[in-house]
Amino acid sequence: MIDTFQERYENRHEYAKQWKDKTGGKVLGYFCTYVPEEICIAAGVLPVRILGSHEPQDVTEPHIFAMYCPFCRDCLAQGLEGKYDYLDGISIAQSCLHIRQAYTSWELHVPTDWSYYLPMPHHVQSPRAVPYLLAEYEKFKKALEDWTGNKITDDDLKRGIETVNKDRQLMKQVYELRKREDPPLSGLESMYMVVSSQLIDKGEHARIVEDSLKELEDRTLGRPVGQRLIILGSENDDHEFIKMVESCGSTFVIDDHCTGTRYFWDQVSLNGEDPLTAIAKRYVNRVPCPTKDWPVRTRVPHIVSLAKDWDASGAVILQQKFCDPHELDIPAIKSALEEEGLATLFLELDVTVPIGQFKTRVEAFLEILDEEDLF
Amino acid sequence: MAKYKTAPLKSWERAKEIRADYYRNYAAAHEKGGLRWAGGAWTFDAIPAGLGDDVYPITSEPYGATIAFQKDFSDRCLQAAERAGYARDLCAYMRNYWGSILLNEYGWAEPGEERKPFPKPDFIWQDHICCSHAKWYQVVSDLEGGLPMFCVDVSVGPYEHTTEHGIDYIVGQMHDGIEWLEKTTGRKYDDEKLIQAVYNTCRSTSTWAEICALNQAIPAPLEEKTMYSLYVLGTLQKSSKDVADFYDELLAEVQDRVDNQIAAVENEQTRVMTDTQPPWAFLRVFRYLASRYGTVSVGSLYTFALIGNWIWDNGKFVPRPTPQSQGVEIKDRDQALRVLTEWELSKPEWQHFYHPKYKSDMMIQIAKDWKLDGVMLHYNRGCEGLSLGIAENRLAILESGFPVMVFEGNMGDEREFDEARTMARIDSFMESLGVPKLD
Repeated sequence: MIDTFQERYENRHEYAKQWKDKTGGKVLGYFCTYVPEEICIAAGVLPVRILGSHEPQDVTEPHIFAMYCPFCRDCLAQGLEGKYDYLDGISIAQSCLHIRQAYTSWELHVPTDWSYYLPMPHHVQSPRAVPYLLAEYEKFKKALEDWTGNKITDDDLKRGIETVNKDRQLMKQVYELRKREDPPLSGLESMYMVVSSQLIDKGEHARIVEDSLKELEDRTLGRPVGQRLIILGSENDDHEFIKMVESCGSTFVIDDHCTGTRYFWDQVSLNGEDPLTAIAKRYVNRVPCPTKDWPVRTRVPHIVSLAKDWDASGAVILQQKFCDPHELDIPAIKSALEEEGLATLFLELDVTVPIGQFKTRVEAFLEILDEEDLF
Repeated sequence: MAKYKTAPLKSWERAKEIRADYYRNYAAAHEKGGLRWAGGAWTFDAIPAGLGDDVYPITSEPYGATIAFQKDFSDRCLQAAERAGYARDLCAYMRNYWGSILLNEYGWAEPGEERKPFPKPDFIWQDHICCSHAKWYQVVSDLEGGLPMFCVDVSVGPYEHTTEHGIDYIVGQMHDGIEWLEKTTGRKYDDEKLIQAVYNTCRSTSTWAEICALNQAIPAPLEEKTMYSLYVLGTLQKSSKDVADFYDELLAEVQDRVDNQIAAVENEQTRVMTDTQPPWAFLRVFRYLASRYGTVSVGSLYTFALIGNWIWDNGKFVPRPTPQSQGVEIKDRDQALRVLTEWELSKPEWQHFYHPKYKSDMMIQIAKDWKLDGVMLHYNRGCEGLSLGIAENRLAILESGFPVMVFEGNMGDEREFDEARTMARIDSFMESLGVPKLD
């Protein structure tokens, strides 16, 4: 059952096309996990995150200056190459400038029926953020209604919240299992689980997670766990890289990625509030992307606490090349983790990863950790 | 014989004086019992003005550029930031600034004197429009061992889609910020000073736009290298009366140059504009354009509108009239903050953060109305904010029929600028435009 996530991830385009054929609904491509999927689902829309392909491309150079991150260029390449030609619309919730360029260039050069820029506030630590976002959600909801022709009621919103919450809660249960001395799934399997949640019908995803939980109850990796690692940083669905690290005598037990915990860690809490306010509170208060983590650095203690709770002995800090927001957090995070006794390995990702070179560095890192265990 | 008469700017010495006083006053603030604060060139500097006349700012981007202009010092600053673990591809101003803290050397010194220790600010007052703005000062606070910091998020979408709730969001943060300023400094806030500072902000930024509009004249009364030294005053302290008054005086002088056909480039035969911050250590590129080709860079959206405020009016890109000239009388704090917010949200250089089409439209209009022959885009590795969407701008400008040359560099990290290659590109571009070399 756990293999299903990988299958969904690898066949995401086919899946979305089939979903459209089956339901007659609209598919919305989104560029950042700050887009409130709850509202999209309430409108009967399938939200799918636009991801890159990790393949070299030569189509984005005229559109995005090469000093911006490879992920945003890889995402745009997918649009320019027609790989998302089934999308009915696109949307972005304001986050970093890099991915914003993928969105705006997509809007300019990839024919799309509907496009929506959602100004998600950056000052999430301000009490002014929720009222502002709520007003923006009202506009977003209205725009979705006009686009789909579906009136979105409070009941629809509650259904959207319940659907997404259930999936989040189940994934968190899976993550709890990773605290075990012998975790029942690898970091790679976990990544497939979370990323596939961004790509397929949430209800279906939750059912697969639910079934997987039964399977995982008695499962072990069937290999030595090795060093327990936390992986953190920019967007990361680089399966080749994760596979390589885990093949060198280690297991990723926890993460801080928007393709991991940052995406699903926090629930929408209704608490008698109107659904849009509850959703706004969730996105304002969620584990932040570095673009929004100021003036107080809340990510640092959160990451340290994840590393401790999941008993990680080392941290792999990944960063998409040129990713300014993460570059601005990494020195503080690295220093905090090292103060807690965790060794760190910093690596920069490009569209493709130099697996051979990285493997040498990873092996050296693991060797250091092994020696620390010895003495 | 020169085609046009030319003359140095009479206002030049006053501009230098204002800039020197600015850095001097910031450094010496504590000696007079005053306060020092740090924030970006775009921050709402009118707001701390309400704390008193002895509260002095240092704005980060011009300070980073000041360091960049001093190549050797900049090199040491950049290396210090890199040694501290900060990535080399981050904003170059930011790295220069951090390096100056790490080395504990102030980037401005009295002529002939040694650099003094970096004057630590008492608090941080910033705004957030690009990914780095708030984070810049988070790191400053880390490096200084903790500093009180307040930052206003302004990212509520493009001006043409301004909403009441967007303005409320920003104004609400400003009200919170004023309470925070009172608490942090222990000073009572003076709304009258705020109101005057808002008027000054509108006056200085509108007048600077009027000055730039005069550069539509042939010959151009100003060239961009000079404009850098003039617009910078607005980036230092747009809310100050001195800066607003200076721009009024400058406007009169530039108008006089237009009336008397006093050229910035005596053999003007070609007109171009650039884009984004220049590579500060290599401003001689502009001298090369003028002396070799009689090419005047009349400015850029950057020099016109980083602080200058403009607006679309019947299809024309024109200086935005100040609220006070439209009969607006500010009566209280809330109104002052609303006027300031609405004014700043229309800032042209904020629009492209939401979509390159806004910037392309403005640049194309400038190319038409300032009668340009071509456009030179600086693909600036030093600033992710202003290079945002620049490749799309290039395509749009080409589509509109204006030739475009691209050169890559970095405003604040000279290691990323290839001078010889840039000069060779300029030669090729001029040849493609059919511009003959001057004898």
